[in-house]
Amino acid sequence: MNASMTIIGGRKSKTILERTMKGIFIGCGLFAIIAVLIITIYMIVSGAPAMFTIGLKDFLFGTEWAPTAADPKFGILPMILTSLVGTGLTILIGVPIALMAAVFVSEVAHKKVAGVVKPAIELLAGIPSVVYGLLGMIILVPQISKLEALLYANDPAHIFTGGANLLSGIIVLTIMILPTVVNISITSLKAVPQEYKEASLAMGATKMQTIFKVQIPAAKSGIITGIVLGIGRALGEAMAIILVSGNVANMPALFSSVRFLTTGIVSEMSYASGLHREALFSIGLVLFIFIMVINVTLNTLLKKEAAANEK
Amino acid sequence: MRNSAEKLSNDISLMKKKHRPKDAAQKFAIYACAILTVVILFYLLIYIMIRGLPNVNWEFLSTAPSALNKTVGILPSILNTLYMIGITLLIATPIGVGAAIFLNEYAKRGKIVKIIEFTTETLAGIPSVLYGLFGALFFGVTLALGYSIIAGALTLVLMILPIIVRTTQEALKTVPNEYREGALGIGTTKWHMIRTIILPGALPGIITAVILAIGRIVGESAALLFTSGIGTNMPANFFGHMMESGATLTVQLYTYAAKGQNEPAFGIAAVLVIIVLVINLLTNYLSKRFGNKNK
Repeated sequence: MNASMTIIGGRKSKTILERTMKGIFIGCGLFAIIAVLIITIYMIVSGAPAMFTIGLKDFLFGTEWAPTAADPKFGILPMILTSLVGTGLTILIGVPIALMAAVFVSEVAHKKVAGVVKPAIELLAGIPSVVYGLLGMIILVPQISKLEALLYANDPAHIFTGGANLLSGIIVLTIMILPTVVNISITSLKAVPQEYKEASLAMGATKMQTIFKVQIPAAKSGIITGIVLGIGRALGEAMAIILVSGNVANMPALFSSVRFLTTGIVSEMSYASGLHREALFSIGLVLFIFIMVINVTLNTLLKKEAAANEK
Repeated sequence: MRNSAEKLSNDISLMKKKHRPKDAAQKFAIYACAILTVVILFYLLIYIMIRGLPNVNWEFLSTAPSALNKTVGILPSILNTLYMIGITLLIATPIGVGAAIFLNEYAKRGKIVKIIEFTTETLAGIPSVLYGLFGALFFGVTLALGYSIIAGALTLVLMILPIIVRTTQEALKTVPNEYREGALGIGTTKWHMIRTIILPGALPGIITAVILAIGRIVGESAALLFTSGIGTNMPANFFGHMMESGATLTVQLYTYAAKGQNEPAFGIAAVLVIIVLVINLLTNYLSKRFGNKNK
């Protein structure tokens, strides 16, 4: 073994080695900062010019997206609203279901049942999003199409989507975020001190009262973290919904073919050029800003939680 | 008999339970949601397997797709996925482990650590489609790598870095402080201590980090569509292939699904589910095996 690397090596060479290694580790540590800086700069530099060429108001509040028309229009309001409405409804439907399922696994279910359900949920958290898209396209879209035909049978003004619409997108997103929210909620419910539960039961509260009035409130910060992560995941998802949501930039309505911010980028990136391509980067910048807001919120929440735990 | 005893005890004891209709409703909600979740999740898993596995045979796994013979095969995609995993981990693991060592062993709590932790969280929160945009611009255009496996791998390095940093940090925290004090106390230098005491102790955690990262790489599609592209040629040259466009399994699944070729798409989906299953079993095994030891 090289003498300089052992305890009894020469002092001088050892100092050099120590300094080099420390330098390398600092470099590794700074890598994340540099990466985020470069990503941010690139997002702004590539996304901002087109925004101003098109006009900020026309871009953000324009309702028409027709980038390849003779008189091109670059309004992304339908995409912004679709992303917001889609994410909002997903959270509204998905979170209560996920929370109840988490309560079931951590508090109600028999240990053996929980032992089967929990790994299955973990498995589904790891399944690639594009697989969810494929399943949605094959299983869900035909059913939604039947429902649509039933609901709008007497409505001549309705443009039929063949089942590829916002509703399908929301259902796929809901199923996709379930595992994420369930897993984090289970972890935070399990972290609630056993004494809380015992004290509540000893006071004569029923099991349900204990769950809803003691354990869920005590696990609140962890559950909120899970929800915020779920929002981030739903807002940023592209591949799972591109196959099921129809992909036309309409205003959001359950049975309209819609386009999200993410799917807007993916569906046109391969052939766009010139201002059109730049406009796609501007959509990216808008999405990036949304995500950064969520990240900062999440970070503040986590800090609060850490501070609460230290008390 | 039992009923009357219960009645008696209810009458005389402190434990007399009031009937709460709300209890029943809440219990019903819990069971309904749990059953709904479980039924959906198992249905999807079984559906993928039933629909996908019949398409998976030796020819499917061992040939390249051929438009001429109208056959489908996923061997190039399997190889591309392995390339992607290999290159990404080769770059991301040292950086990620290094960053975790810096945060845990060298840095004092302060502003710089907070900024590093915040940016790491930020990297974890950026959606893959934005990584795809950034990768296409930075690695594809600025660094002139075009559509290539290496451009895709470099993009994924940024994406999986947070997983490796965080998991390694957790592992480093489980190494008892006495080990550090003991090693430094008998006169080792810091790097020598890290190399001989800390890293071996944290190895299972680092392996877990690598396996989690593999799961993420295997599942990624949006970040790769515009960086490594959709090529499905067999690698002709081991190193040259890195500069060629290559679709991973998920990207090929997407291209099949978008073209309406559902059977091969489900075949790939089944293969992916099996890979994810193996990865989950491995991580669970590792955390059980080594997690308990430290407690």
